[in-house]
Amino acid sequence: MDKMPKWADVLLIPLISILLALFASGLVVYFIIGENPFRAMAIMVNGAFGSAYGWGYTLFYTTNFIFTGLGVAVAFHARLFNIGGEGQAYVAGIGAAVACLLIPWPHWTLALLATVILTGAFGAAWAAIPAYLQAKRGSHIVITTIMFNFIAASLMIYVLNNVFTIPGSAETASVRFPESTHLPNAGEFAAFLGFRTSTPLNVSFFIALLAAVAVWLLIWRTRLGYEIRAFGHSETAAIYAGINPVKITMIAMLISGALCGMMAINAVQGESEQLRLDFVAGAGFVGIAVALMGRSHPIGVCLAALLFGMLYQGGAELAFEMPAVSREMILVIQALVILFTGALDNMVRMPMESLFMSFRRARPATAAAPNPKPTRTDQGDAETVTPE
Amino acid sequence: MDFMTILQLSDSSLRLATPLLLACLAGLFSERAGIFDIGLEGKMLAAAFFSAAFAFTTQNVWIGLSVGIIASVTLSLLHGLASITFRGNQLISGVAINFLASGMTVVIAQTWFSQGGRTPALSGPARFEEFVLPGASSRIRDIAQQDPLGQVYSELLSGHSILVYIALLIVPLTWWILYRTRFGLRLRAVGENPAAVDTAGISVVWLRFAAVMICGVLCGLAGAYLATGLSAGFVREMSAGRGFIALAALIFAKWRPWEALGACLLFGFLDAVGNRFQNIELLTFLNLVFLFVVLVGAIMLVLRAIAIARGKGKTRALTGPAIALGVGLLFSIGLPMLDPDGGLSATLNNIVLPVQFMQALPYILTVVILAGFVGRAIPPRAGGEPYVKER
Repeated sequence: MDKMPKWADVLLIPLISILLALFASGLVVYFIIGENPFRAMAIMVNGAFGSAYGWGYTLFYTTNFIFTGLGVAVAFHARLFNIGGEGQAYVAGIGAAVACLLIPWPHWTLALLATVILTGAFGAAWAAIPAYLQAKRGSHIVITTIMFNFIAASLMIYVLNNVFTIPGSAETASVRFPESTHLPNAGEFAAFLGFRTSTPLNVSFFIALLAAVAVWLLIWRTRLGYEIRAFGHSETAAIYAGINPVKITMIAMLISGALCGMMAINAVQGESEQLRLDFVAGAGFVGIAVALMGRSHPIGVCLAALLFGMLYQGGAELAFEMPAVSREMILVIQALVILFTGALDNMVRMPMESLFMSFRRARPATAAAPNPKPTRTDQGDAETVTPE
Repeated sequence: MDFMTILQLSDSSLRLATPLLLACLAGLFSERAGIFDIGLEGKMLAAAFFSAAFAFTTQNVWIGLSVGIIASVTLSLLHGLASITFRGNQLISGVAINFLASGMTVVIAQTWFSQGGRTPALSGPARFEEFVLPGASSRIRDIAQQDPLGQVYSELLSGHSILVYIALLIVPLTWWILYRTRFGLRLRAVGENPAAVDTAGISVVWLRFAAVMICGVLCGLAGAYLATGLSAGFVREMSAGRGFIALAALIFAKWRPWEALGACLLFGFLDAVGNRFQNIELLTFLNLVFLFVVLVGAIMLVLRAIAIARGKGKTRALTGPAIALGVGLLFSIGLPMLDPDGGLSATLNNIVLPVQFMQALPYILTVVILAGFVGRAIPPRAGGEPYVKER
């Protein structure tokens, strides 16, 4: 029996958790930094949504977080915790550079297609080794993916110092990608909304939305998705039903790595148009918060990604307007969101469940509302009868 | 490579291994009690900041150390609240603690000191001074004139901060607590089979909280050493992944204290080599590695031989160290004999290992260990699972 109606589980609990996280962040702003948290919040919301300039950055960050959030979410469905999104995105950045620098593309659509394939493949490849070790050798995927994040960071420094370098420059970055690989940004396809040509928001935003739809189809409308969810719910039951655990672990992690990797389309090909050292900027980790908050559902992930996009853009504005608040405040908010929606989930859930249970008990006792489902009335009666 | 260089390398290995060792033992207590802790990094970072901040304002390093420990234990309690009381996901809680520490330290540092997220440089009584053992010389010129044994004593053993010696003492202490006390037995049992401990009438929740708090204290020591011993002050993200390397060392050591010391020394050594040589030739690197293997093999051989002489070990236990020692000696003595004209050495020396490879090596090694190719690492059985009391 469900202890709570579905809407409470999907909407109410995440909402309460977020409010708690924001409340705790407000306490930090008020007591430690000594600024007015409401004014800070107003600056953040205004900085993120108050202008086309703000929207451009907000949606740019959102695009990154949709990709990494979807990646982490797919792994969550198979009860795998992919902390390696950061490393997978790093390595996928190399894939994007390969796609854009090696072949002279005649048109950006072809270049985009190549980047989608290569970033996905590189990200998946970086997830493949931890996935294989988890599936075949039972090595804990959390530890191996963390290790692969560090290895990827070293690899990235090596690649930018030895492979993709700017001749005659000490900057750790690749040369700029050719003009033909330039993705149209919002200033080109949506200038009527007020976007300037310098806005970082580009067509990969739509690819992110497409990816969200694809993930929804995959998880809830295909046999593979069913197998992934079954495996996540109960490994033993899934194996009993003839689902191959090695196959599901591998496939779920490969998809997860590919999605995390695709954030490089937006950040490398879309925005910086060259491979830079710090293009991931924590997006892989934000993906964890986004997937937790969005309850691993693509719609939830998109909304949570928007919230974090707002936090990132608004936080930058906030650091500008209120110099006392440093940019790292975003990290604190992110940590509190992960804490309340992920680790302290039961703290919110347990009282809510007992609250709903008491509602349900009270209803048949008063007999005011006729219950549509007979089974539930039976249970209600049974519960009200037994104490007497 | 001369004797002095090797000594200096060992010396800095010991220094760099200390924070790893403390964090590793912290993780050992927590994970042996069944609480996975990937928040070691965050706790170290928080302790590093608060110890540096309070050591600077009070100009007393001991007050700094205490506040650092308090900060780290507070985060431990948060982890306990999430993973023991509310039975949340321990990994997610650890991730949250890491972010919380990396954000909060910079936010508070900016508010208190306005120096771009760092504390002012520490000096004098605000730092842990070098602790010179009796009869040792501290000046490099004096050390160079001593006999080899004196050099080992003065350069390698003497002249570390007090926390290094404390860390080394905590290794046998941890062993004693875990394997020779009632508390240790229960702690290990609660990580393997909490239901059995509960049936025996012992509180699982209390034991796990105790373990998590010990973990906090040790992480606090590690963080304080980073900011007030190893360097002079806090800079943002100064733990630089050491919490994760400590976690790697813990797996490497298969959750045992003496092995943890060995693993941390190895990772400290890799760190020291990476610091000293920017790009290292393959041959030099191999020589160093095999030197390390010979040293560790010899020490292990002696320790195990003593254990067997006291009738407490099996002869089979000698094979591992003996093979390590043999291979190491074979390499260091055999290679020059096999290769009289130096052709092979020259080839090996042409291959230069990039510094990034050296930095990634601890992580690569951990993955290899985790993959179970070099002896399988089996974690405590109830690790990561919240305990739900039967009703």
